[in-house]
Amino acid sequence: MIDTTIKKAIILGSGALKIGEAGEFDYSGSQALKALKEEGVETILINPNIATIQTSDDIADKIYFLPVTPYFVEQVIKKEKPQGILLAFGGQTALNCGVELYRSGVLEKYNLQVVGTPVQSIIDTEDRDIFANMLGEIGVKTPKSIAAENLEEAKKAAQKLGFPIIIRAAYTLGGLGSGFCENQEELEKLASKALTYSPQILVEESIKGWKEVEYEVVRDKYDNCITVCNMENFDPLGIHTGESIVVAPSQTLSNAEYHKLRAISIKIIRRVGVIGECNVQFALDPNSEDYRVIEVNARLSRSSALASKATGYPLAFVAAKLGLGYGLHELKNSVTKVTTACFEPALDYIVVKIPRWDLNKFIGVSKNIGSSMKSVGEIMAIGRTFEEAIQKGIRMVGLGMHGFVGNKGEINIKEIEKELVEPTDRRIFAIAEAFNKGYTIDEIFEKTKIDRWFLQKLSNIHSIKKSLKEFNTFEELPLDLLKLAKKAGYSDFQVARMVLDSANNKIHEDLNRVRKLRKENGITPFVKQIDTLAGEYPAQTNYLYLTYNGSEHDIDFANDNKSVIVLGSGAYRIGSSVEFDWCSVNAINTIKQENYRSVMINYNPETVSTDYDSCDRLYFDELSYERVMDVVDLETPNGVVVSMGGQIPNNLAMKLHNQDVPVLGTSPIKIDNAEDREKFSSLLDELGVDQPRWERLSTIEEIHKFVDEVGYPVLIRPSYVLSGAAMNVVSNPDQLEHFLDMAANVSKEHPVVVTEFIEQAKEIEIDAVASNGEIVAYAISEHVEFAGVHSGDATIVFPPQKLYIETIRRIKKISRQIAKALEISGPFNMQFLAKDNDIKVIECNLRASRSFPFVSKVMKINLIEYATKIMLGIPVQKPDKSLFELDYVGVKAPQFSFARLLNADPVLGVDMSSTGEVACIGESYYEAILKSMLSVGYTLPEKNILISSGPSRSKIELLNSARMLRERGYNLYATEGTSKFLLDNGVENTLLYWPDEEGSTPNTLDYIKQKKIDLVINIPKNHTKRELNNGYMIRRNAVDFNIPLITNARVASAFIYGLCKYKLEDMAIKRWDEYHT
Amino acid sequence: MLEVKKAKLILEDGSEFIGKSFGYENSVAGEVVFYTAMTGYPESLTDPSYTGQILVSTYPMIGNYGVPKDDSHNGVFEYYESNKVHISGLIISDYSFEYSHWNAIKSLGEWLKESKVPGLFDIDTRALTKILREKGSLLGKIEFIGEEIDFVDPNKENLVAKASIANKEVYGDGEHKVVLVDCGVKHNIIRCLLKRNATVIRVPWDYDFTKEEYDGIFLSNGPGDPEMCNETVVNIQKALNTEKPIMGICLGNQLLALAAGASTYKLKYGHRSHNQPVLLQGSNKCFITSQNHGYAVSPGTLPDQWEPMFTNVNDETNEGIRHKIKPFFSTQFHPEASSGPTDTEFLFDDFIENIKKSKQ
Repeated sequence: MIDTTIKKAIILGSGALKIGEAGEFDYSGSQALKALKEEGVETILINPNIATIQTSDDIADKIYFLPVTPYFVEQVIKKEKPQGILLAFGGQTALNCGVELYRSGVLEKYNLQVVGTPVQSIIDTEDRDIFANMLGEIGVKTPKSIAAENLEEAKKAAQKLGFPIIIRAAYTLGGLGSGFCENQEELEKLASKALTYSPQILVEESIKGWKEVEYEVVRDKYDNCITVCNMENFDPLGIHTGESIVVAPSQTLSNAEYHKLRAISIKIIRRVGVIGECNVQFALDPNSEDYRVIEVNARLSRSSALASKATGYPLAFVAAKLGLGYGLHELKNSVTKVTTACFEPALDYIVVKIPRWDLNKFIGVSKNIGSSMKSVGEIMAIGRTFEEAIQKGIRMVGLGMHGFVGNKGEINIKEIEKELVEPTDRRIFAIAEAFNKGYTIDEIFEKTKIDRWFLQKLSNIHSIKKSLKEFNTFEELPLDLLKLAKKAGYSDFQVARMVLDSANNKIHEDLNRVRKLRKENGITPFVKQIDTLAGEYPAQTNYLYLTYNGSEHDIDFANDNKSVIVLGSGAYRIGSSVEFDWCSVNAINTIKQENYRSVMINYNPETVSTDYDSCDRLYFDELSYERVMDVVDLETPNGVVVSMGGQIPNNLAMKLHNQDVPVLGTSPIKIDNAEDREKFSSLLDELGVDQPRWERLSTIEEIHKFVDEVGYPVLIRPSYVLSGAAMNVVSNPDQLEHFLDMAANVSKEHPVVVTEFIEQAKEIEIDAVASNGEIVAYAISEHVEFAGVHSGDATIVFPPQKLYIETIRRIKKISRQIAKALEISGPFNMQFLAKDNDIKVIECNLRASRSFPFVSKVMKINLIEYATKIMLGIPVQKPDKSLFELDYVGVKAPQFSFARLLNADPVLGVDMSSTGEVACIGESYYEAILKSMLSVGYTLPEKNILISSGPSRSKIELLNSARMLRERGYNLYATEGTSKFLLDNGVENTLLYWPDEEGSTPNTLDYIKQKKIDLVINIPKNHTKRELNNGYMIRRNAVDFNIPLITNARVASAFIYGLCKYKLEDMAIKRWDEYHT
Repeated sequence: MLEVKKAKLILEDGSEFIGKSFGYENSVAGEVVFYTAMTGYPESLTDPSYTGQILVSTYPMIGNYGVPKDDSHNGVFEYYESNKVHISGLIISDYSFEYSHWNAIKSLGEWLKESKVPGLFDIDTRALTKILREKGSLLGKIEFIGEEIDFVDPNKENLVAKASIANKEVYGDGEHKVVLVDCGVKHNIIRCLLKRNATVIRVPWDYDFTKEEYDGIFLSNGPGDPEMCNETVVNIQKALNTEKPIMGICLGNQLLALAAGASTYKLKYGHRSHNQPVLLQGSNKCFITSQNHGYAVSPGTLPDQWEPMFTNVNDETNEGIRHKIKPFFSTQFHPEASSGPTDTEFLFDDFIENIKKSKQ
């Protein structure tokens, strides 16, 4: 019954995490690989995202860390000669690449069979015109829509449909270039931009304010169809589904509506001819059963990953099996193991998905949310009431919120009206504030068009808050009210804040009092299983969540001291994403291997760690102190691992320790010694290790005094933060005061730290594992950029290629001293500045870092496995490889998502702004960096390069590169200063005028807009306002017109050296394992 | 804080759950069954097959979209499955006191109060469901303080007689005359037939329809133990001797089987859900169906001229039977859905096709 001609198959990954395409494809790809493996198919994975689980040894048979582009994929096909290819599991990146391979005849040439949905079906759904016609033929309604290939056509279409209208670009990620237009002017602006992304745009009737509902539909080769899940957006149409709060299953649809849309979904999947999975998005009229189909994705998507986690139905796994020829009824339900996969999950809980935005990290970006996606991650909360789930979810997002209510000063939204009508990332809190101000549900509905049912539920939370506030001591607080609050998702923190009005320094103590009160009165949460059948069949499922809306546990607790809990990393955000999931999953694997019961707590639906297959018990729940303590109380674990999930679990170390929870590995007291700058600094002083001069300061006078001493620039930052939130380099007194205000808002408990900033210094990192203070394994890597670029945005080379032996020797020595002093047992990471062999320590984290998967995979030494064994007390042997034995190089490059962040200035600074990363391996540094940069969207320039080289230092840095480019026949264009500098040094170039010199031609902006430039190199200069603005215009337009942009001189020169040395054909097509033999 | 009256749900095995009342405040006894559908409470509550049962919803949040209008056309309701709420009681976890839907006219609580049916919320319906799954459907009672009552087994009564109409009624004037034997029929069966150009002659459960002039027979769904409907079985047996097409649903499937000579049995806890997979005999066609039944046909007892038509993929219970030669078939599931998936509505087309063929 299954297709046995496919013995070997290629699967395309999605590359770096970016806005619109994130960790969900690690999950779906891993599932597909597992399914193929189970069928004995040899799997070849192409994915340059080295931090993913799917690019691990035991998941795929052969792994290529190469760009997912037609050229490289064809080379791999040529070499591996597979029979099949899977395009549906690597997001839009894989799909677009697959479509190109199909169109250029490559698939046919190598006789490759596409496993699952045929490419033509994919093309049919991607081209909106074909798609609308196709649905029209089967009597399914789509928004009235007119295709346009230029601005004139777009204007005509708008006239015909009448404003408001929506503009969409075909073939783009997560709604890129889409938006609403109320008038002609907005239309012109948006349409011309959308036309730069796509040769065809669509002008459509606006159905803003309708409900948005999605179905995940599955079809097999026998034409059996099921809908695994439906989901309803809390935010009505007008806000991209990736930007919406989403619930599953739908809450406000009647049976007739639910099944009408379900039946249409099935009709569509049959017509499209999908074998596997697709997603159908609907707009539903809130006042009738009228509807429109707004989108179909004939591939696994963010929504399908969410649906899998929401229901326990492994969509990607099943889709891969169906692709191989199985019928749905021939597969088993992975949860119950006894019932069939041909069924539709029945949920007995609700899930709420909330996006995570990091818009504060960008300069100039609009906070408004709308029809294109800006969020960088998401969370999923599970509860048995909406109130419970949404409050959990708001906390999970991890932006310091405590739930729907009880936030600091109720977050200070002044313009509620505006916020409700033109929503931003703070919309939910604007609703909370509106309730505070006495708005009625109807008033909020009128402004937001959010279905009243959701608002009624939020209003319940608000009412409970008012009831709680009537009491001032725990003695008076009625237990029924406390119970009610817990059922509505209130945390102990919220209860303490409502009743006692606790001050910040007392709140932790007070929430522990709430906890005690609850436990004494039997008010504790219950563990429930997610079993896909709402309890109808007995299931040995390990997929769990906690709820106060229950009266018994679904599972037993062995209390045998054999559980080890790993705390995951929470929502993907800038600074913490798939790399920490890789660490968590590898820790779990080692724990299982050592015969402990592996228990995972995490709530990010985009991850592999929240796949119930990956651990013995999965608590899909909060990583708050309260919830972790709840799980600890139940599981009475052998230990808790806090060092794998990044900063969220790391921050819990001390609190857990204070409750006598066994924290595995390095002592929380030592973790605190490293986290607390003062303690760490005096430790360095004791050890005689150098560090940049710094001081912890709380008044402006002190700060000025310190700055007078060390001189500008200085770095200012608060402690206990990840990826430098509110951290900034300031070069003058004005900037200083501005940033101090911002920093003070971040955290008042931790005063501001001012550090001398060393320019032109190299940044070096060590990732290591120690046992009882002795380093067992380590990897030293160097940044391409000079210090000042956040390590998460840096291009990192491992093993280091340009360091003095002496520097490396000193770094090892310092690391050994610190490991010993802090008695490290487990993973740690340190960052150093090096200038003329002068080494200064700038950071030390006693946890796994972002670069652990990178160095582990390049070395082929799994540092996490070592660390986990050490934490479990299992003796380990030092690996006998040394990093100098590697005769190849790995380069990790950042992925930016500026294109999605309207108006954001695409520059790098001490605060992180990349959304993902890749790493490729090469025989040489230049080959590796070139492959990496091609993987994050750079292309080799054909002819024309614009250089605007900024400060004189970078002018010199780039001179040689410019010369090389000229020698190879590239045309150079340059802005005023650069042009003169190059000419003075004998490098021929054409002057382009600055953006603000509007009358003067040729102008930089015209060249960019007309796409006459293939690569823009713009090195920012921090001098005058005019320079800043001109630089911004060049950078932003490069991003908006989709021209590769480099803003760092050292990266630019490495890239140019690379492209002058290597042509595409020169780059080795080598598997990961081929580098090690 | 909203003040609500508390009441107990007591099961015959001694388990007790304390809940909060949102319906009519009156003690009631019945058979406690759970259903796992996530939508369609107005349809389920008016489904006559639930007569005598205290219904437990595994989906925790109920009442969200209120209760639709009671519009009807010529005696057939547009949004309800019969003229009243048939369940004896409703047990849920979380109740929406406020509701939101364009088509709603009142809240679920108001409707239950009008219908004199009690409803409790704030009960761990998953814990309750697990008891019912382990022990099978149990007798139970909802007790308000000071109103103690005894357990009652509704299956010992003839529930069909309660759910059926008293006198013959005729709907529509289509070209195909269909006798609908009403054992507690859901109105969507009537709607599905009318949509297909039928005249529906709805007759009481014990009515000798063989005396009517008709082109086909439809055996409806209904509550309780099929063995209580001897009169209906006898009438069906007469019809089996003719060639006129027969289609049955749910109880209709069981009655057709009994008439053919097969036997039925009570399932441990029945199928009440929207996600039951059934496989069409001898094919790879698997359908997702809506179901609501506590009894099933023993396929092994089917006589030679009969064969299973559908089988449940999960537990291999019978989901439909057909005659090997004559145009007789029936399904254990509900092709008319309402509530639930509509994937098998084509079976009504098959029935009408059979009628057309038999007329030729």
